[in-house]
Amino acid sequence: MNATALLQVRDLQTHFGPVKAVNGVSFSVGRGEVLGLVGESGSGKSVTGFSVIGLVDPPGTIVGGKIIFDGRDITRSGREEMRSLRGRRIAMIFQDPMMTLNPVLRIDTQLIEAVQAHEDVSRAEARARARDALGMVGIPSPDERLQAYPHQFSGGMRQRVVIAMAMLHRPDFIIADEPTTALDVTIQAQILAEMQKLVAQNHTSLIWITHDLAVVSRLADRIAVMYAGRIVETGPVSDVLTRPLHPYTAGLIDSVPSRNRRGERLRQIPGMAPNVARLPAGCAFAPRCARADARCGEAVPLFTAGMREHRCLHPLPEVRA
Amino acid sequence: MIGATSLVPTAEGSSVDSAEAVPLIELKHISHSFGTPSDIAARLAIALRLAKPAPRLRAIDDVSLSVRKGEVVGLVGESGCGKSTLGRVVAGILPPTSGSVLWRGRDIKTLSPSERREAKLRVQMIFQNPYASINPRRRAVDIVGEAPRVHRLINGDFDAFVDEQFRRAGLDPALKRRFPHQFSGGQRQRIGIARALAVQPEFLVCDEAVAALDVSVQAQILNLFMDLRERLNLTYLFISHDLGVVEHISDRVAIMYLGRIVEEAPAEEIFARANHPYTQALLAEVPRIETTKRSFAAIKGELPSPLAPPSGCHFHPRCPHALPRCRTEAPRLEVVAAGHRSACHLNGVCR
Amino acid sequence: MSIDMLPPGSTAAEKGEEAPFRGLVRAFFRSPGAMFGVPLLAIIVGLALFAPLVAPQDPYDLNQLDIMDSRLPPGSQSMTGMTFWLGTDDQGRDMLSGIIYGLRISLGVGVSSALFAALFGASLGLIAAYAGGRTEAAIMRIVDLQLSFPAILVALMILAFLGKGILNVVLALVIVEWATYARAARGTALVERRKEYMEAAESLAIPRWRMLFVHLLPNCLPPLIVIATVQVARAIALEATLSFLGLGVPITEPSLGLLVANGYQYMLSGMTWISFYPGVALLITVVAINLVGDRLRDVLNPRGHS
Repeated sequence: MNATALLQVRDLQTHFGPVKAVNGVSFSVGRGEVLGLVGESGSGKSVTGFSVIGLVDPPGTIVGGKIIFDGRDITRSGREEMRSLRGRRIAMIFQDPMMTLNPVLRIDTQLIEAVQAHEDVSRAEARARARDALGMVGIPSPDERLQAYPHQFSGGMRQRVVIAMAMLHRPDFIIADEPTTALDVTIQAQILAEMQKLVAQNHTSLIWITHDLAVVSRLADRIAVMYAGRIVETGPVSDVLTRPLHPYTAGLIDSVPSRNRRGERLRQIPGMAPNVARLPAGCAFAPRCARADARCGEAVPLFTAGMREHRCLHPLPEVRA
Repeated sequence: MIGATSLVPTAEGSSVDSAEAVPLIELKHISHSFGTPSDIAARLAIALRLAKPAPRLRAIDDVSLSVRKGEVVGLVGESGCGKSTLGRVVAGILPPTSGSVLWRGRDIKTLSPSERREAKLRVQMIFQNPYASINPRRRAVDIVGEAPRVHRLINGDFDAFVDEQFRRAGLDPALKRRFPHQFSGGQRQRIGIARALAVQPEFLVCDEAVAALDVSVQAQILNLFMDLRERLNLTYLFISHDLGVVEHISDRVAIMYLGRIVEEAPAEEIFARANHPYTQALLAEVPRIETTKRSFAAIKGELPSPLAPPSGCHFHPRCPHALPRCRTEAPRLEVVAAGHRSACHLNGVCR
Repeated sequence: MSIDMLPPGSTAAEKGEEAPFRGLVRAFFRSPGAMFGVPLLAIIVGLALFAPLVAPQDPYDLNQLDIMDSRLPPGSQSMTGMTFWLGTDDQGRDMLSGIIYGLRISLGVGVSSALFAALFGASLGLIAAYAGGRTEAAIMRIVDLQLSFPAILVALMILAFLGKGILNVVLALVIVEWATYARAARGTALVERRKEYMEAAESLAIPRWRMLFVHLLPNCLPPLIVIATVQVARAIALEATLSFLGLGVPITEPSLGLLVANGYQYMLSGMTWISFYPGVALLITVVAINLVGDRLRDVLNPRGHS
């Protein structure tokens, strides 16, 4: 793991009572790097994002591990400390823009509030900043749009406003939790193009949480695959996607229709997602894995090979057909 | 007037019963508008010019489509294009505001009530939202078994029948006394499939049936659809915004934009030689796992609202090749290759 | 094909076969208000149901009354050696027994009127939501009209027309209350009707009446149940008011309200118990019903659950 990374997460454990939503997650993100955090429902990817930014609500609590941001341990930071960080240095974008936007306030009010929350500037200046932010995310006629209410925007536009809000203070770090999943394909492409541009221009680090391997393949530098609360594989995107080591990663890639021959049965991962309240001992994927044996019932250590990490006793051979 | 042909030449190698001359379902010049009819007070206000008439949403605008037995037709489009509304018209849930729906060549308006009920049962729908599409207050066994029991389709033991339906959809019959909230999204979708299959349909309309599911579950459900197609000789109208999925399982594909079909062709044709600029834009954004980091270059503009569609060709504000003619005149679906139709003025001009 | 297997020996709750109802019952009892309100309500209902067995005296049996016992303060003894724990009224009736029997009448009128109003009102609301168009407009206009009149005024008008009597009172209360149910039922039904499981029932050609009562109604119940508990309390209070004004139940079967009314004339003479204790009983009943209803509303609130 990169010791000089902007964000380091070490062995994070976030539990909701008996449910071990995040069960020992470690990764790091460097400055200007895009990490794709990939997983399906119940993998714990969203809870990981919420844990980093300190937005896990009771009954969920971080019961173990460390989160180190820019050299400072923020795992146990109090609310006030996190509030000063949030928005200014770390920002979060959610799947539903209405989780960020207040439906009864105008856009300019909300953006101005966001500016003035962390900086002591006049209202006029805050408004100018807001207008620039809207222009930066590609919203046409920003002066007019500032007067509007959220419901007067389309879904894609709303998400852009949320991104503008996130970028207001040029944060070092953005956590995006499936922000384009609910959007149409052409609009998603627009949003992703904007994000790419912004991240490159401002050297912002980005964690992109998603279940969509295709998006990650084009957007991210590195990828971390999660299953049942643990990261099962990490590495550079093109590497992992062309030569996956963990059987789950390989299964995910193979399930995508475009990777299968037209008209043939899709390669599918047998069985069901595990019940996170009752995880088996050892590797959580073993019940569904064709390569599993008795040893997989014991704790699986982390294996490192250069830039790649994985948790599997029977990784796939490096060269795949 | 769009030149609707009721017989579409089939692509090579598709599993369509060529002896079946009459299409299973045919839509002729279907339009559907949504709008609340004004009550007396509102009509009075409009007459006195105190209020404007409420806008009617033209969800489907003069669509003609036919599906032959054994075919899988993919219907692709983004939000507001009307594909879900079209699916509901095909399934008999929504009556069209104008135009006719033909079942095995007969207009359903001319059928007797019992024949119409028959036709309705033959076309079933699988819905998008696994959480809203099954009744949360009924047990799975009742959800699946109700319609066959009401229509007296069960010969023999009720429980055995329901067990068989469960197995066919890939569910363990031991779970049948559970309530929906204890099933996962994928399992709920299977309950919906079992419910649809229980009435022995011939035609399934899948309205974004896998969109809300995880990738691994999606693969399982798609494989189930393909299995059922073979074993039960089912015909499908597969509605989706995901071109990757549609490409995989469809014989023919129709692309919709803002209530109109803009292109229609066999699946391989569409993906190899897309004609309409909107289709080309969609194809450029088909999610594929790339091996190198690539930048996204998207088409400009927002999806227009179906309440106020652009004049002429609905796509002209976002089209990189728009002509002046495109703003004033709506293009008609015309044949551009064998079995391939497209509605674009550029086809009349040398490209 | 993948088959989901279940570990053997799972409890009904784990298997998901537990009806949503039982989970709600467990959630219900987690509040102190419910823990207090339900036993209280149970006692009240028990008293009302088993009145002949519980009450020391049958206050309507004229043979048991002795005019010499009238207007005795609480704790006094009768000629026959029975203790009047809450005193007697001007006819010599034991207040405690009168209250217990009065509970019966009050609860009976309150519950039955709420029930019939619910049946009638909810059906109309569902039909309005499902049918739409002119039918819906007609029904909802009548509802609006009904709700724009003060309840007491409508009840008074009806009773003035029909005359006194328990059945007439119930009828009047039903006419006053049904509109609230209709409005609530229609609101919920409008939302549920658009849901996909209703569309599925449509495509499965399920008969209309089945769609309404087997599919739609159970999903519209939660707000109706909450309204019903509130309405029972309201009906009891309304009936008490009507009886107090002399237009309610007959003197031979006094409800709590009528008891209060009867004792009112003696308030200033210092014989407060004749009016006071029935009033307290009325208060406790309404509070108990409200506690239970409040908790029900919290538990059935869809936003509290997934």
